[in-house]
Amino acid sequence: MSYIVVDQIMKQYGEGKAAIVAVKGIGFDIDQGEFVAIMGESGSGKSTLLSVMGALNSPTSGRYRVDSIDVYALTQDQRAEFRREYLGFIFQSFHLIPYLTVIENVMLPLATAKMKGSEKRGMAHDALRHVGLEGKEGRLPGEISGGEQERVAIARAIVNEPTILLADEPTGNLDTKTSRSIMELFESLNSNGMTIIMVTHNAECAQYARGILRVSDGLLAGEERILKQTDLASEKGNWPNNGDMKTTVYGA
Amino acid sequence: MKLINISLSNLRRRKGKATFILVGLLIGVSAVVAFISLVDALTQDINHKLEKYGANIIILPKTENLSLNYGGLSLGGISFEMQEILQEDLKRIRSIKNAANVAAIGPMVLGAIKVADRSVLLAGVDFNVSYALRPWWKVKGEIPQEEKGLLVGAEAGRVLGLGLGSVLEANGKRLVVSGVLEPTGSQDDHLLFTRLSTAQAILQKEGRISMAEVAALCTNCPVDDMVKQISGALPGAKVMAIKQVVKGRMETLGHFNKFAYGLSAFVVLIGGMVVLITMMGSVRERTAEFGIFRAIGFRGGHVIRMVLFEAGLISAAAGVLGYVIGVGITKLVIPFFTESIDVSVPFDPLLAGSVFIMTVTLGLISSVYPAFLAGNLDPNEALRAL
Repeated sequence: MSYIVVDQIMKQYGEGKAAIVAVKGIGFDIDQGEFVAIMGESGSGKSTLLSVMGALNSPTSGRYRVDSIDVYALTQDQRAEFRREYLGFIFQSFHLIPYLTVIENVMLPLATAKMKGSEKRGMAHDALRHVGLEGKEGRLPGEISGGEQERVAIARAIVNEPTILLADEPTGNLDTKTSRSIMELFESLNSNGMTIIMVTHNAECAQYARGILRVSDGLLAGEERILKQTDLASEKGNWPNNGDMKTTVYGA
Repeated sequence: MKLINISLSNLRRRKGKATFILVGLLIGVSAVVAFISLVDALTQDINHKLEKYGANIIILPKTENLSLNYGGLSLGGISFEMQEILQEDLKRIRSIKNAANVAAIGPMVLGAIKVADRSVLLAGVDFNVSYALRPWWKVKGEIPQEEKGLLVGAEAGRVLGLGLGSVLEANGKRLVVSGVLEPTGSQDDHLLFTRLSTAQAILQKEGRISMAEVAALCTNCPVDDMVKQISGALPGAKVMAIKQVVKGRMETLGHFNKFAYGLSAFVVLIGGMVVLITMMGSVRERTAEFGIFRAIGFRGGHVIRMVLFEAGLISAAAGVLGYVIGVGITKLVIPFFTESIDVSVPFDPLLAGSVFIMTVTLGLISSVYPAFLAGNLDPNEALRAL
C-alpha cells in the first residue's frame, strides 16, 4: 500500500442550492519520498484538496490514509497530534507569528512537546542552519526579507522532522530568483527522504517536482510522473517533455 | 519555548489590548477595594463615635419598686434609699470574659439635697468618664476640676438661681459652680453634678454608688452576653442593655455594608463584562493565528490554556495593583467622609487575599467562553481568515 492514499475524496461546502462541490471525487496514491506538485486554475479545488491532505478539512466523502492511518477516523485532538507528528505546513503568505522571534517561530511546533528547552532550541538551530538562516535567530519576522520569511516558514515546517511537507503556493509572494532558491531547498529536503506535496500555479516551480497532478473543476484532469528516480537533476529544464515520463490524461 | 512563552510574548506585543483589560479590571477591583475598605474604615469610625455616643449598659441596684418616670416626667415611685452598689465591686467588671470590650465604666452616686429650701438631686460622677459618655454636653464655664466644684444642669440652675461662681452649701459642705450645662433635653438638666468623692461625702455614701453606666464596644460581641457576664460579676445588681442603641448601631453598619457589597457586585459585573468583550475581540483578531497553531499540531486544549493563562496573568496583576490603588483611593477620599483624623486604613490580608482570588477567578470565568471559542476554532476556517 502506498504511503499516502487519497481515495475518492469529495468535498462539498454548504447545502441545497447554495452547495458548492469543490472536490468531486479525486483519488491518487503518493509514495514516501515523492515530490508532487498539484497544479490547476484558481477555484479548481487544489487548495481544498491540500487542506484535506493536511488533516484540516474533513471530506464530505472518501477516505484519506497516511502510513495506514485513516486520518479522518481520528478525533480532533488525535488529528492535531497527527499533524504535529507527520506534517509540516508552509503557507502562501508564510504566516509567521509576528510577535515571536525567528527562532521562537521555528520552535512553535515543539511548544507542546515534552522535551528540554535546550533540546528544542538545538532542533530549531539545526532547522535554521538547513535553510541557511544562521545568525538571524533573534530577529522578528518584520525585520527580515520575504525570502528569509519563507525560509523561516520552511524551518518551522521541518523542525519536528515530519515525513510529509505540504506547501501552498510557497513561492507565490517571491521573486524568480528567491523562488528558485526555495525550490532548490525543497529539492534538497526531498533528496533527504521527505515527501513533498506542493500546490502551485508556477510551471517553473512545478518542474522541480517528480510528479504533477493536474486538477480541474474539482477533478483530477491529469497525472504526470517520472518513472526513473535517477538523473533527476539532468531532467530539470527539459521536463515534462521527457522520455522517462508517464503521462496520464483523465476524462474528456 | 512553551505555551507560557507564547502567551507572554503575545501580551508583550499586544500591550494596548492587555493594558485595556488590565485597566478595565483595575477600575473594578480598585473600586471594590475602595468601597469595602472605605466602609470598613467608616464603620470603625462610626462605631467608635457611637460608642462615645453614650452608655449601652446600665447597672442599677436590685429593687422591687417600679419606676414612675417617663420622658423626664417623674410621678414618683423611685426610691434612692435602696441598697447601693459598692464602688469597689465595679472592678470585677474588668475581669469578665469580654472585659476587652468594656470601653468605659461611669459610676454615679445620687442623692437629694436641700438648696434654698428646695430639694434637688445631687449626682456624684467621674467627670472624665461622664464627659466622654455624654459628648453632647456643652458647658458654660468648665467641668469641675476641684473637689468643691459643681456643674449645674440648665433647668436646676434656672430654678435655683445658680450661675457661674455661685456658691451653695450642702450638708455643711461649700460648693462653687464652675460650669453650667446648656439644655440637653434630658434629665441631666435637673441635676447638680459634682465629683464622685465629694457627693459621696455630702450624701454620706462613702464607697457606694447608686448606679453605673457602661459603654461596651459591641461590634464583634453580643451585648446580651456582656450583660450576663456583668450580672454574674455583680450578683446584687440589676444589669440592663439599652437595646435600641445597640440595635441602631448594628442596623446602621448593616446598611453601610449592604450598600458597599451591592455596589461592589455591580462594579465586578461590569469588570467581568469588560474582560469578556475584550477577550472576545482579541480571540476574533487572532483567529488566523490560532489557525496556524492548530495547523502545526496544537490541540484545542493548548489554545484554551494559552488564552486562560493570558487572562489569568492580567487578572493577577489587576488583583495586586487593584488592592494597592483601592487602599490608596480610600486614604485619599476618607477625609471627605469623616472629620476624624485618626481613621486608619491598615493592610487587610483577608481583603487583599479575597480580592486577589476574586479578580483572578473573575478574569478566568470571563475568559472561559472566548477561550473555548478559540480552542474550538475549525483550523481550516481559521486559516481561511488569513
